Amino acid sequence: MKAEERSFSDLNEPLAPRRTRLEEFWRLFRKNRLATAGMVIFVVFFLTALVGLFLTYGRDPVFDPARVRLTEKLRPPLSKPRYQMVPPDQVPPLGIYLFGTDNLGRDVFARMLQGAWVSLTVGFVAVGISILVGIIMGGIAGYFGHEQIRFYHLPLACIVVAGTVSLGAGFFLVFSFKGSSSVLTGFALAGLGLFLFGTARRANSFLVRKARGRASLPLWLRLLRREITSVDAFIVRIVDIMLCFPSFFLILTVVALLPASIYNIMIVIGLTSWMGTTRFVRAEFLSLREQDFVTAAKALAVSDLRIIFRHMMPNAIAPVLVSATIGIASAILVEAALSFLGFGVPPPDATWGNILSDGKRFIFDAPWLTFIPGFAILIVVLAFNLFGEGLRDVLNPRLRERHG
Amino acid sequence: MLSFIGRSVIQKSVTLFFVSVISFLIIHLAPGEPSQVDPLNPKFTPEMVERFRKAFHLDQPLHVQYLLFYKDLFTGKSVSWKNNQPVLKEIWQRFLNSLPLFIVGTLLTWTLSFPIGIRSAILRGSAFDRTATFFSYLLISIPGFFFAYVLIIFVVSWFNVPVIGMETFGLGEASALRWFMDRIWHLLLPSVLGATGGIAVLSRYVRSQMLEVEGQDYVRTARAKGLPPDQVHYKHALRNALLPFVTMFGLILPGLIGGSVIIETIFSWPGLGRMAYEAILARNYPVILTINFISAVLVLGGTFISDLLYMVVDPRIRL
Repeated sequence: MKAEERSFSDLNEPLAPRRTRLEEFWRLFRKNRLATAGMVIFVVFFLTALVGLFLTYGRDPVFDPARVRLTEKLRPPLSKPRYQMVPPDQVPPLGIYLFGTDNLGRDVFARMLQGAWVSLTVGFVAVGISILVGIIMGGIAGYFGHEQIRFYHLPLACIVVAGTVSLGAGFFLVFSFKGSSSVLTGFALAGLGLFLFGTARRANSFLVRKARGRASLPLWLRLLRREITSVDAFIVRIVDIMLCFPSFFLILTVVALLPASIYNIMIVIGLTSWMGTTRFVRAEFLSLREQDFVTAAKALAVSDLRIIFRHMMPNAIAPVLVSATIGIASAILVEAALSFLGFGVPPPDATWGNILSDGKRFIFDAPWLTFIPGFAILIVVLAFNLFGEGLRDVLNPRLRERHG
Repeated sequence: MLSFIGRSVIQKSVTLFFVSVISFLIIHLAPGEPSQVDPLNPKFTPEMVERFRKAFHLDQPLHVQYLLFYKDLFTGKSVSWKNNQPVLKEIWQRFLNSLPLFIVGTLLTWTLSFPIGIRSAILRGSAFDRTATFFSYLLISIPGFFFAYVLIIFVVSWFNVPVIGMETFGLGEASALRWFMDRIWHLLLPSVLGATGGIAVLSRYVRSQMLEVEGQDYVRTARAKGLPPDQVHYKHALRNALLPFVTMFGLILPGLIGGSVIIETIFSWPGLGRMAYEAILARNYPVILTINFISAVLVLGGTFISDLLYMVVDPRIRL
């Protein structure tokens, strides 16, 4: 009996060895040598940035990127410090200036370590923001696109925005702990925000209920329910408007007008680069929405959010991942370009862009100040691009079959 | 056709209106004001600030400022806050300086990327294809400002020619040939730099388009008929692969105005990009807003032209 069962199950097993999705992915990915190299460089860069953060952070770091040694200006890479000129506590930890020193005698190696973390966070946070906005906008446009924006939605949207602002301000006041009166105001504001949300929801459901199952509506209701445009057309129009701005010029304008800080740069880069993701996600959702598994899920009364995130998103995520990887590369480039123009992170902190920008005046005397950060940016961005292209080849089944 | 043109003109005007509102808001709602650019300057007395604000309508409410600004722009009366010159005239002069860069850069991009892309599609998987692929990734990834310095070092130390600026200073009475060569040398590096990214992206795009067409049934049929490979590649495949690129003639239009800030700054090229950069630094609102408005017009006009071209070359498309 047992043996019989065994042979039966043997027959049913597929002839090719079973692989999990990850194994299959890895097998295909490894074939692309450039992409694998890109991924290895990416991992090394990630670890370097992480270690660099710990080694250069704090009041007395191991590698001090801000230590000025005026006697040790513009030493070439791999040169030994002049021990008679430098106090022992200012000697670099490795015993040599691995990447040389700059015009103030600061250790370029320490500055590069610090800059790696800046590049990494700018890339990831900016792309995180843009992906988040892109998925939300694209998802709404693709899934709820056919819904109409009606006249009464405008005041409701205003109420919701006011509620969000009030809630956010309330939380900010509560968590910044500035005396009991401000905490109380904070709670009041947060409560007001929640109340506004509730009001908007109430009014919406009231208007929907009023209109349900009635052949002719009273005039005021008809006016309020007048259709302005569809959600899809609205979002596509926003994307069109955003695409009209020349992106680098827009980023430059906003960054120049805002106070200089790394967070502003991340947010601005993120908020000006979500349009591509929105388009991808919208297109994917438009085609996925018509497919049978979504209809089946709807027939089972699965909630909209669950359909979007459990059923549709996994099918739409591949192009988003690819564009995110390539987006990180371009965010790093934009940040470096901004730092180069002098708009980046404020001076004591180092980024690869501003090391290069400071070094450009000494390009003939101290070329390493240009070449080391330049090649670092080049290699990291190249790694991200190759990795992203490799992902695209592997994740897109159509391309995969053609490669055979 | 006519209805398409009418609809898209209306749509694009609405978009343009929103672009103008948003750019105006971004600039005016940001903290700080042009009258506070130089607070430490002792010559900047409060009365002067007040006069400045009055002269440029900064004391009016925002919507009035908006209307006044765009009224001035359309009647050609808006002036730069820095030197009181008419903005449009100044932009036109800078535009003429940027134009040679744009033309040479575009020519380089289009003449180089097509042969490279087509060849690597035909020789797919060969050493040529892999080298071209790697180099195109390299060119996409290299930071423009770093590449600029590498090229400057290379050209200056090997050919011993000056490259910064539009022409060598004080070359007034030199011969025509000398003057011409000087201009060429100065033009060469910035336009090559402007073209690198374009070459890399466009050649990849040509390659993938060509590969797409080479996989079609009619190409296989042509091959099966026993046509010589060159005829299959260049007559059957290439003609169809070229279709989408016709539309790109419209999309290069916005390049007239954007994308050259860094290169023009490095090479001290008095073009539009640098003008925009200087205007941003000085908070010269009229110049920033005008450049932004013109570039939005160019983007919208470019997409419009590319839609029209697509309809002309591909009769299957009915918009």
